[in-house]
Amino acid sequence: MAYRANILINRDAAGAEAVYKAFLEALQDVALRDEVQVWMTSSVSTSAQGVEAIVYPDSVRYVNLTPEDAVRITEEHLLKGRPVLALTQAEPKVTPLPPPAPKEVRVVLRNVGKINPFDIEDYIAEDGYAALAKVLTTMTPEQVLDVMKTSGLRGRGGAGFPTHLKWTFARNSPTHPKYIICNGDEGDPGAFMNRSVLEGDPHAVIEGMIIAAYVIGAEQGYFYVRAEYPIAIRTLRVALQQAREYGFLGKNIFGSGFDFDLEIRMGAGAFVCGEETALMRSIEGQRGMPSTRPPFPAVAGLWQRPTNINNVETYANVPQILLKGGAWFASMGTEKSKGTKTFAIAGKVKRTGLIEVPLGVTLREIVYDIGGGILNDKKFKAVQTGGPMGGCIPTKYLDMPIDYESLASVGSIMGSGGFVVMDEDTCMVDIARFFMDFAQEESCGKCVPCRVGTRRMLDILNNICAGRGKPGDIEMLQTLGRSTSNGALCGLGKGAPNPVLSTIEHFRAEYEAHIYEKKCPAKVCRALIEYKVDPDLCIGCTRCARNCPVNAIAGKPKEKHVIDPNVCIRCGICKQVCPVNAISIY
Amino acid sequence: MKSLEELQKIKERALQRRKLAGEGARARIIVAMGTTGIAVGARDTMTAILRELEKRGIGDVVVTQTGSAGMSTYEPVVQVQVGEGELVTYGNIDASRVPTLIEKHILGGEVVADWLVR
Repeated sequence: MAYRANILINRDAAGAEAVYKAFLEALQDVALRDEVQVWMTSSVSTSAQGVEAIVYPDSVRYVNLTPEDAVRITEEHLLKGRPVLALTQAEPKVTPLPPPAPKEVRVVLRNVGKINPFDIEDYIAEDGYAALAKVLTTMTPEQVLDVMKTSGLRGRGGAGFPTHLKWTFARNSPTHPKYIICNGDEGDPGAFMNRSVLEGDPHAVIEGMIIAAYVIGAEQGYFYVRAEYPIAIRTLRVALQQAREYGFLGKNIFGSGFDFDLEIRMGAGAFVCGEETALMRSIEGQRGMPSTRPPFPAVAGLWQRPTNINNVETYANVPQILLKGGAWFASMGTEKSKGTKTFAIAGKVKRTGLIEVPLGVTLREIVYDIGGGILNDKKFKAVQTGGPMGGCIPTKYLDMPIDYESLASVGSIMGSGGFVVMDEDTCMVDIARFFMDFAQEESCGKCVPCRVGTRRMLDILNNICAGRGKPGDIEMLQTLGRSTSNGALCGLGKGAPNPVLSTIEHFRAEYEAHIYEKKCPAKVCRALIEYKVDPDLCIGCTRCARNCPVNAIAGKPKEKHVIDPNVCIRCGICKQVCPVNAISIY
Repeated sequence: MKSLEELQKIKERALQRRKLAGEGARARIIVAMGTTGIAVGARDTMTAILRELEKRGIGDVVVTQTGSAGMSTYEPVVQVQVGEGELVTYGNIDASRVPTLIEKHILGGEVVADWLVR
């Protein structure tokens, strides 16, 4: 007997059996059992979507079937001849937008890119100033300190000093008046975490500062922001104006009797002014140079008064901690480093930009999962954390969880959160030279170890990169590095040797190749490389010769070309224009 | 600011304002205008959006700005919401892409899948 219809069900899907039975029963119910045959088969389509069935001869494909659907298909399609279109396709796929990256947790950046920074009410809509209200109306300064202690928040400027301790010291200082400073002098090349917060969520920082002022008993605060951040400064000006209009700054805030106001001071571009004592001299109108500690700012800071100075990111964490509790914040991060940290990812990764991750994620997660891996799928070589005072961390530490201690243990620092990724084409000696050049340039010159040490180290590095390296240079760099680090007055000099010392430790072979073989393995240092034309590949098109800016290439049309190494300036243009890739670096 | 109640009232007002219906608007466009965004042309994008809306006589679209959230590779970043629908994030929206974006998403209600940030 011929059947008038056949139903094919894929047996490999979960629940296929139940759908099969449901079809049989339903067909029985409508008395079609003899006219329609049901088969269990292997997959009926290439893209399996749950239990699927194909009804022949109509060739209608149903997906994601349940036993109830089987009843419906039987009654509608097989009995009445109307295919159940609603079941023929998968539900239209609604793919919600993925969060910026799966491993990210946004606390500091929670409002950045979301609210309008020029509208204080947009911040209030996101529970803005609710923490301040809670603190001023229900909490004593001691209670705030308790919450901060539970949270385990540490200074995000890089040194990682516990915030509650800093606040306690300033609070316990007997002198008055006291001051609050926000350090927004973000000078690390390529770092822009603080700028994004100031531009995207200025009120979070302001709120954090007001809370800190309440705790230590300050009535006046200063934003120190570098003048290279004009948009941040403009945003901040508007924010301060609005905060005053709404009464979050000024007299008798929330009827508590607490008065506080804030002013902006612009830095003039000296990197050393990010150091807290130099920064305070700069606010006072003096030349920005660090001074010895003690006395610490908490005892004698701005105008020799007790001062609390924290980084932008530290303050931006404060309102969230007080709203959600110290335990909430402490639930993120590692044993000694709690919470999240923002990093500015730059260099040879596919997705550069700003991220915020819980402390304790690994370098690999940041580079590959969030950064998307190395550009052009090259090999990872090292990552430099913490700005120009940080060290270079090689591949073997890729799976190391990041926190203040682990970074220090491999010769780098947390810093403010710079994160420069380097691939196999990066010369580590050249990188060390670049950062030393920066440090030497920015050294204020007050103390001898930094002033002379950075200069001498730069000289040696320049020589090595220029092919004039000599035996003993590596050891001399190490000696100089250690004494500069030990003897310098402030963090700039103490940290400046880090890139050199860490690259010597992890990439010593590259230094040796530069010095003894006069070779740059990454083919970066111009004095140590040579461009050559492969005669087997050259087609004599003359393009390289025509583009060479110094006429170093000889050759007639249709003849093999030759580069004169004594004239060549290693600009690389010939390599770029060669249509057959006949030019290589040796 | 004198009391918690006052703050609460402002918060409710602000949340109310965020609802498009309350503003009588059909859509919202948010341009990320941090330094990173502006450096690659967010200002031109913003101008192009305002011009395009004016040219087409569309008056019921709220255009605001925000900070740059960190997706530097995708700047200028523009977020679009139509009605009470989902807020959709587009990347690399330079001024030349604005007319198509407004035509397809704001007028047509169709998400331009190729330009989404993924």
